[in-house]
Parts: sequence; C-alpha cells; structure tokens
Amino acid sequence: MPEADPAAGRDVVQRVGCASCHVFPDISWPRGALGPNLGDFADQGLIGGRVPNRPDLLAAFVRDAPALIPGTTMPAMPISERESRDVAAYLYTLRDR
Amino acid sequence: MWPRISTPSGIVEGLAGWPPPVLDPAGPYAGSVAALSWALIALAAGIFLIVLAALWIALRGRERLRARLGGERAIWIGGVVFPVVVLTALLIWGLTLTRNLSEPAGGPELRMRVSGEMWWWRVSYLDGNGRAFMQDANELHIPVGRTIAIELVSPDVIHSFWVPQLSGKLDMVPGRRNLIRIQADRPGTYAGICAEYCGGPHALMGFLVVAHAPDDYARWLAARRAPRAAPPDRQSARGAALFVSAGCAACHRIAGTPANGQAGPDLTHVGSRRTLGAGILPNNRGTMIGWIGNSQAIKPGNRMPPYTVLPGEDLQALAAYLEAQR
Ligand code: HEC
Ligand code: HEC
Ligand SMILES: [Cu+2]
Repeated sequence: MPEADPAAGRDVVQRVGCASCHVFPDISWPRGALGPNLGDFADQGLIGGRVPNRPDLLAAFVRDAPALIPGTTMPAMPISERESRDVAAYLYTLRDR
Repeated sequence: MWPRISTPSGIVEGLAGWPPPVLDPAGPYAGSVAALSWALIALAAGIFLIVLAALWIALRGRERLRARLGGERAIWIGGVVFPVVVLTALLIWGLTLTRNLSEPAGGPELRMRVSGEMWWWRVSYLDGNGRAFMQDANELHIPVGRTIAIELVSPDVIHSFWVPQLSGKLDMVPGRRNLIRIQADRPGTYAGICAEYCGGPHALMGFLVVAHAPDDYARWLAARRAPRAAPPDRQSARGAALFVSAGCAACHRIAGTPANGQAGPDLTHVGSRRTLGAGILPNNRGTMIGWIGNSQAIKPGNRMPPYTVLPGEDLQALAAYLEAQR
C-alpha cells in the first residue's frame, strides 16, 4: 500500500477509540481487553483466525468487521475507506522485536 | 484574546482538548480569573527582574549604588512597604473576584444541579422552583450569553467542579450545597474535569459543557422533551429486553421504560452524548461495546461490572438500543 500513511492511521485509531477494545504497543491508554492484543499483529497469518491477512482485506475488516466475520464482537467503525487504508498500514507496523 | 496553553493528547483530543485549556476564557467568570492569573504572572516576572537587578548591583555595582541598596531606606521600601501594598491589593482583588464568581452577572438565570459521584457526574436541570424536570449525566447543555447557577453536591467524597474556560473551580462537599455560576459567550464545547482527588479513577472523571446559540438551545430543549420513540428495529428491541434481563436496569435509568436504577449515569439520552465513560471516550458503536463489555480495562476501578460473559451479538444489540436513546 504505497500511498497509505501509518502515522495518519495511528491518529485515526486514537480518534475513534479502537484502544477501548485492543492493546496497541504505542498507545498507553486505554488498554482495552475485549478484543485481542495487537502487539505483533503484523506477523499474523489470519485476521480474526479466519480471513487471510492481506492489506486490502485488513482495510475492509477494520472498517466493517461483521461483513467479513459475521457475528464478531468487533463492530463496523466510523472511518472512511481512505482512513481504513491508513489504519491497515499502521497495523502492519506492529510487530514484536 | 489570550494565548492558548494546552497540550492536547490521547483519545479525547478530537472532542474538546485534554486536558481542558486554561487561561483561554470563553465567558465573564473565567475571564476575570484569567485576568488575575496574567496579572500575577506579570507581577512575578517584574519582581524577578528587580531581584536580578539588585543581585547584579550587590555583586558588580558601583560602590555608591551598593551602599544605597544596603541602606535602611531600601530595606524599608523594598522589604516592608512594597510587599504590604502589593499583597493587600492582591488580597482585595482576589476576595472581590471570589465573591463575584458566585454573584449573578445580570439577566434571568437558568438553574442546574450537578452531583459529583465516584467517578462521574449526575446532572439535573431545575425549574424556577428548584425542582428537577430533566435528568442527564456527564454533559451539560447551556445557552450562550445566559448565566447558569449550578448547585454543586456530592453523596460520597469531595470532588471539585472545574470548567476552566467558563469559571473558577469549586469543591463539591458531602452534606453541603455550594453554588457556582458559569457563562459561555460563544457557542462551543468546553471540557471539565474533577479537580480534587476522589480515589481510584479520579483522573478519568471528566465531562463536557455544550454551549448552544439561543435558537439552537430552544430546539435542543424541545427535542429533549418530545415523546420518545420505540426501539427502531429488531436488534435494538432485543437490546431493550437485554437491558432488563442482563441487570443494567438495576443501575441505570432510561425515562419512559421500566429501567429506573440510580447507581449509575442516566442513559435516557446516552445516544446523543458526545462522550462515554464520563468524558473520556468518543461515543460510537465501538467504544459503546468496548465500555459495556469491559469498562474495567478502560477505567480501572469504576463502579460498573464488566460484561465479558455476554456474547458479541448481545453486546451489539445493547449498543444498538443505547445508540437509539437520543
Ligand atoms: C467493541 C470492541 C472493538 C473495537 C472498538 C474494535 N475492535 Fe478490533 N476486534 C475486536 C474483537 C472482539 C476482535 C476479535 C474478532 C473475532 O475473532 O471475531 C477484533 C479483531 C481485530 C483485529 C484482528 C486481530 C487478530 O488477532 O486477528 C484487528 C486487526 C482489529 N480488531 C483492529 C481494530 C481496529 C483498527 C479498530 C478501530 C478502528 C478496532 N479493531 C476496534 C473488538 C473491537
Ligand atoms: C452495578 C451497577 C451497574 C450495572 C449493573 C451496570 N452499570 Fe453501566 N454504569 C454504572 C456506573 C457506576 C457507571 C459510571 C462509571 C464511571 O464513569 O465511573 C456506568 C456507566 C455506563 C455507561 C456510560 C455512560 C456515560 O454516559 O458515560 C454505559 C453506556 C453503561 N453504563 C451501560 C450499561 C449496560 C448496557 C449495562 C448492562 C449490560 C450496565 N451499564 C450495567 C453502573 C452499572
Ligand atoms: Cu475526582
């Protein structure tokens, strides 16, 4: 995703409150616990254990998770398509070192 | 008018700025506090310069100047007269200002009551006789240009009500009723916080004041008083049933429904709130589910139990129902 901007993605994640359900390694508060810890998400093979972890699918997932995984607790989030690509780019910077 | 001194950070940045900006008044009460603050800062800076100059003279000055600086006259003037005059003036200014903070600014006032509770705010809108005609939580709606007289109370420990852009801060003391007046002269959203340590998640105890232009305020009030619609779809109807069966109704009130709990915030208008968790999260489907499912991870120690046992679809239904409570 060459034109996507991870820093802008992180701002979006902060603004809409993804951290109320997830732990992000570079966001100190909140550290939500309803969803999985995303500390090394970049190295994961599947999204939510079901969907292949590909940039286009991840962008679609963070915007409207129930469309890809029906019945999931993660709801559709109020972000634009453009923002969802930035968010995906940010998520690919999260890896255990 | 004044430079903005605030360091926006974290999740509520987009809402109103966190922490709320100080020395950026938006009304007469906060304006007088800011004026005193700037006068103090300017005075302190001036005195600091005078002391530096005296120090320089003492170390490097000409013999004649040094002698004058060390003389009795200089001590009387600099050590007695100057402090007495300045401190007396400041005392008079400060005391008058404190009194004016709780004096009406003129014109008909509106009345409200805000109760600080561990760790959120119970809000009542009062009629002319001081009787509550509307309940809400964590958000105050006011018209611009009108003075709002707010009774501050607390059922548990001491909290402190502080909206830096609209007034000074005043404690909420159990067993007492303190009066503060606020006024906003321009429409906008003003963040407030608890300014007195009150235990556990005290640092996560915020709220918002939303100031409307007079016409908008009248429309807002009319909408609040309009009859309430039934849950709009099947998902939120299921949410309504869950709200009772899962036990939420024991702690939360939703006007016009059997839910009449008083231990937690009134949720009659939670769908239209700008924040959740007492001013700390934006309000959307995600944060709503995140809060209901596990508020303890978000605001550790708060008095709402986590609901991690509820399946995703129940949380979705509850959130859909609460979003419709506008
Ligand atoms: C209401 C809580 C909630 C919110 C808000 C939320 N998520 Fe999730 N998220 C979940 C849950 C629960 C899962 C697990 C999905 C499943 O297995 O059904 C999940 C899964 C994920 C995954 C896949 C993780 C993995 O290990 O496979 C990613 C990535 C993700 N979320 C990112 C986000 C982003 C980005 C946001 C904000 C735009 C967000 N989430 C907001 C609850 C939430
Ligand atoms: C034991 C009492 C109790 C129960 C039961 C309870 N709550 Fe709460 N709830 C609270 C308290 C107390 C708060 C305020 C927490 C804080 O901000 O410190 C709260 C806050 C909330 C808020 C945020 C309100 C706001 O304006 O910030 C929502 C939404 C909410 N509860 C929904 C629910 C739902 C849905 C259920 C049932 C699944 C539920 N609550 C069960 C006590 C309770
Ligand atoms: Cu407090």
